[in-house]
Amino acid sequence: MSSPSGAAAHDSHDSHAHEHPSYVAHHFDTAQQQFDAAKLGMWVFIATEILMFGGLFVAYGLMKAKEPEVFIAGHHYLNKVMGAANTIVLLFSSLTAALAVRSSQLGKRNETSAWLVITIFCACIFLVVKYFEYSHKIEEGLLPGRYFGHPFFDMSAAPGFHEALPSRANMFFGLYFLMTGLHGLHVVIGMAILGWVLMRNMRGDFSPEYFTAVEIGALYWHLVDLVWIYLFPLLYLIG
Amino acid sequence: MNTQAQPQAGHHDDAMLNTNYLKAGSGWKSWAFTLDHKRIGIMYLVFVLAAFLTGGIFALLVRTELASQGHTIVSGPTYNKLFTLHGAIMVFLFIIPSVPASLGNFILPMQLGARDVAFPKINLLSFYIYLVGATFALVSIGYGSVDTGWTFYTPYSLHDPEAATKVLYMTAAVFVLGFSSILTGLNFLVTIHTLRAPGLTWTRLPLFIWGMYATSIMQVLATPVLAITLLMLIFERVFGLGIFDPKLGGDPILFQHFFWFYSHPAVYIMIVPGMAIVSELIATFSRRVIFGYFAVAMSSLALALVGFLVWAHHMFTSGMSEYANMLFSALTFLVAIPSGVKVFNWTATLYKGSISFAPPMLYALAFLFLFTIGGLTGLFLGTLNVDIHLHDTYFVVAHFHYVMMGGTVIGFIGGILYWWPKITGKMYNFTSASVGAWLTFIGFNVTFLSQFVMGSRGMPRRYYDYLPEFEQLHRVSTLGSYILAVGLFTTAGTLIQSLARGRAAGRNPWGSVALEWQTQTPPVFQNFEETPIVTRGPYDYHLATDEELREDLYAVDPAK
Repeated sequence: MSSPSGAAAHDSHDSHAHEHPSYVAHHFDTAQQQFDAAKLGMWVFIATEILMFGGLFVAYGLMKAKEPEVFIAGHHYLNKVMGAANTIVLLFSSLTAALAVRSSQLGKRNETSAWLVITIFCACIFLVVKYFEYSHKIEEGLLPGRYFGHPFFDMSAAPGFHEALPSRANMFFGLYFLMTGLHGLHVVIGMAILGWVLMRNMRGDFSPEYFTAVEIGALYWHLVDLVWIYLFPLLYLIG
Repeated sequence: MNTQAQPQAGHHDDAMLNTNYLKAGSGWKSWAFTLDHKRIGIMYLVFVLAAFLTGGIFALLVRTELASQGHTIVSGPTYNKLFTLHGAIMVFLFIIPSVPASLGNFILPMQLGARDVAFPKINLLSFYIYLVGATFALVSIGYGSVDTGWTFYTPYSLHDPEAATKVLYMTAAVFVLGFSSILTGLNFLVTIHTLRAPGLTWTRLPLFIWGMYATSIMQVLATPVLAITLLMLIFERVFGLGIFDPKLGGDPILFQHFFWFYSHPAVYIMIVPGMAIVSELIATFSRRVIFGYFAVAMSSLALALVGFLVWAHHMFTSGMSEYANMLFSALTFLVAIPSGVKVFNWTATLYKGSISFAPPMLYALAFLFLFTIGGLTGLFLGTLNVDIHLHDTYFVVAHFHYVMMGGTVIGFIGGILYWWPKITGKMYNFTSASVGAWLTFIGFNVTFLSQFVMGSRGMPRRYYDYLPEFEQLHRVSTLGSYILAVGLFTTAGTLIQSLARGRAAGRNPWGSVALEWQTQTPPVFQNFEETPIVTRGPYDYHLATDEELREDLYAVDPAK
């Protein structure tokens, strides 16, 4: 993250002047400079992601402070077991992502691929569990806003057993779908990024000197994990 | 900045790297798929100016409608759409990307002695995201356009029967444009941190870079909040989420908080780049070091910080608690400190400077004058009891136009004229550029000074019609807007004429000591044939060699 001081960059530049490796883009002087730039870029991007989710967390916090009973009543309808299972899956996948970086640093190409495949597989498990949770909610009519109480978004069907819930529970389920949906989208994007890293790894792009994409891909994946670590207790474990 | 050679590493074709960037590749593909920050900057400049023209035409239509009482040229509902489009286009498609994405993209790496921005592909991506956002905005206009005002306040934006899908398209447009802005900011932050030339320490950074740095921080930290706010608004509209809609039990004031949490820092995203340009102009055309360099640099960062703490001063009459009002009012006054630091330091730089009134300098001086008025009237509005009277009147309209147009746009045009020779390799006619500057300045003041008077007498903003006693002042304001338009078109004509028939510009036509003037005109593909080694600050005229100042000193008669 630190930038090279002028003199240092100058010296290192001279020593590498005739051995500019192919993975260093023309506008960088050294591989280190390129790595620092990529890493700082990902950290800044993570900051923007946190602020974006931050907006949702603020909305959640304000609404919960105003209408706590709605949140308490609504959260009983979320499946804690599935939520907990997904938490464990994501935590484990963060570990495997970190191990992928480690083996890439050591130049163990096949091992890197294996860790990446496991990470992506965990992401798939997460999405499958999420699919069962969502389809259950949709069947039950536990839906956002005006669709609340209308299974399968069918507005002609009569509202079901949800008369037991306060009418504002539609807002809780709106937030639930918005927050977990946005997070789910990030899981999909993370899978795409890790898949791209895996492809490059199998192509042999990386070495102990150059593993930038593995590092920043894993960094992004940790963010996806981190957001869920906050979503899970806030949605599933209140009351 | 001395002539010490440093071999250029690279697997690229050296001949291409050291070609004039305008000639390194030809055909439309060499532009559409370019990764060169200079070409991306120019493409941004073209589209941003097109947005300015579009927004400007809407402004003239609004002013023409208001030239007389009652119906003049359009109906009431059309008028609502016109001022909404004027606001939305000017804010999201023009001012926010204006300086950073166009001039910033072109100049920032050159001032750093870098060969490109840190992430050239992301830079190009940001440009295409901008185009996608602009397309969404056009679709919204195609559907008949929104009339909610550029702020999309709930509940109107939720229930307005006129604007069902159009609101969705317009909010989607702003959502997408936000990502373009975030990526530009991210790129600049990383570039400034990692790609400074040897010897270019933080205290030797040009003030333009400091301004871009502060702007980027705000773009990166504020824009995601707008994105999520608009997403919630879209959700509210489609599903009836019940967070913002009072009919469903939501809180419309919450939307205002969210919206201004972005949109107030956005005001500084707009003005700080203008200030950044003016710092460069005043140093170059006074031919001396900026007075209080460190204070000016830090004042940009201070604006970035304070900008995040004052959002609710847009909402003094929205029904917040008294204590919140007092807190935000007190915080708002803090903004005056860094703004004052800048204005006083610029003025002190002029003192005993060797001032030349080249066209860019006319804009810098206009900025000083207009921004001071805009800034000081902001204090009126930050004062609670005065704001109760002035809120939502033309006084507010005049205030922010003095800052946004009189500040940012004037600074932007000054910057275009300043860097024009470097970008295009052509000079322009100084006489017509100066006439354009004066007409713009006079037209601007006629347009908006009259609005201060109207506003303080109670003329509400956004109204289609008004009481007879305001007609005189509205006429004056409309007349001023026509003069302003003539001034801007004169400047545009000057530049078009320069492109067609301009005299070739030298390497350093203004005799500046700043780094970007030390390379060829137009710059080579990789900006500098040899990575420059910086040995002094960007305004150290007393340390510069004759060699650096050579070529086309300002004494050359520009008319020839």
